[in-house]
Amino acid sequence: MTESIAGWFKHLHERTGINLTVFYDAFDAARFVAGVATTIELALICVILSLVIGLGGVIVQGSRSRLLKAVVNAYIQFFRNTPSLIQLYFFYFGLGPLIALPNASGQSVPLVSNFAWAAICFSIYAGAFNIEIFRAGVEAVSRSTVEAAEALGYTRLKSYIHVILPLAFRYSFPAFSNNMVNLTKLTSVSYAIAVPEILYASSQIWSDALNVPEMMNIVLVSYVLIVSVFVYAMGRIERALRLPGVGI
Amino acid sequence: MSAGKETILAVLVNWTPYILKGFAINVFISIVSMALATVLGVVVGVGQISTNRAVRSVCWAFTNFFRNAPWLVLLFYCMLLLPFQFRVGGVAVAIPDWAKATLGIAIAAAANMSDLVRGAIQSIPTGQWESAESLAFTRRQTLFLVILPQCIKRLLPPWMNLYALVMVSTPLCAIVGVNEIMTVAADILAANTRHDLLIPVYFYILLLFFFYCYPIARMTQRLERRFAVIG
Repeated sequence: MTESIAGWFKHLHERTGINLTVFYDAFDAARFVAGVATTIELALICVILSLVIGLGGVIVQGSRSRLLKAVVNAYIQFFRNTPSLIQLYFFYFGLGPLIALPNASGQSVPLVSNFAWAAICFSIYAGAFNIEIFRAGVEAVSRSTVEAAEALGYTRLKSYIHVILPLAFRYSFPAFSNNMVNLTKLTSVSYAIAVPEILYASSQIWSDALNVPEMMNIVLVSYVLIVSVFVYAMGRIERALRLPGVGI
Repeated sequence: MSAGKETILAVLVNWTPYILKGFAINVFISIVSMALATVLGVVVGVGQISTNRAVRSVCWAFTNFFRNAPWLVLLFYCMLLLPFQFRVGGVAVAIPDWAKATLGIAIAAAANMSDLVRGAIQSIPTGQWESAESLAFTRRQTLFLVILPQCIKRLLPPWMNLYALVMVSTPLCAIVGVNEIMTVAADILAANTRHDLLIPVYFYILLLFFFYCYPIARMTQRLERRFAVIG
């Protein structure tokens, strides 16, 4: 089966010149599949980390401390209004060499890999948006619900964890899923620091096989497919989380 | 490393005119691509509610396809697949790199703009369409004289948001080889060959973007709040 597919693409190349190496060359196929896997892995790690940052940030913003609120707000505004590429360079080239240990031959080896820096950087970036999104959700939780929780003796933190956030998360889910889609698209920027995701893997393939137009189209279609699956999954989660009688 | 080592601040001050020149290119690219994106986005957005089924599906497909594609991939697409020159009556006209990159950003932004326009049109109460119809406006007249003018107010905050997004996306052009602020940063770092400059230079550029985009974000918030009361 796979051999006949490979044969067909080889034939296609000989007849039309359309050179889709990823379908018949085992080496290119492995590189490309690894790239897709890296993109998905990076996206999932960033989704989880940015979710944690978003929830943590919104709890801090609900606290009474002025200083903490100001710090979180400064973080949100700074990361929202600056280019993620330069943030990535700042982390990877600026901070990366500082966090290093010397190896046996005395050269300093960075402790944090480029993949890890990309994950950290994109999570911090998307996390800033998540805090804003969740805060809008918290504001949508009705005042009487919060008061009812207080009347039942919940502390501020406990009422956040058990009452407000579960509701707020549902209110802000559409905006959150939109942000996560943007995050998935953002992972392609890690090309700049040579993380072997789809775009980087493809650029290596097209510089070997000189099939730029074919690879470019494959990259575009792969991303659109990944994002579409992601959008579908988020839609399913949204429906599964729905509370009857609560919601918009 | 030279004996008379400049302080980091002195290096940054000395290079500031050059950095600002690089930043000006980013501003220029962002303005041109936003202008293109606005025109294209409004056309495609209006096309999404066309009565013609073919137009509607083409515009829908354009919007959703390019909205789901990463900006960097679109940039690569435009950079690598557009010809480096075209012929007008035997004369070869070169397409500069920045123009291709601008087009790449514009297409991505246009898809977003198109969705904003469709959303804005659909947010206008249907009573507006019906009353215009009862006043004997044609569909075209209704759209241009009644619906779109009302959309402008609703579109302004998200449009400004999109502009800020376009602006912070312009450094991506450096990856595909356009000379702009990231190239300037690389020049400074290469000219000085000092590792302690990395963080200050990148931070300086981050601050430049921040002071350009933050006022836009604040203005957007204020407009949103103001319109929320009326709308």
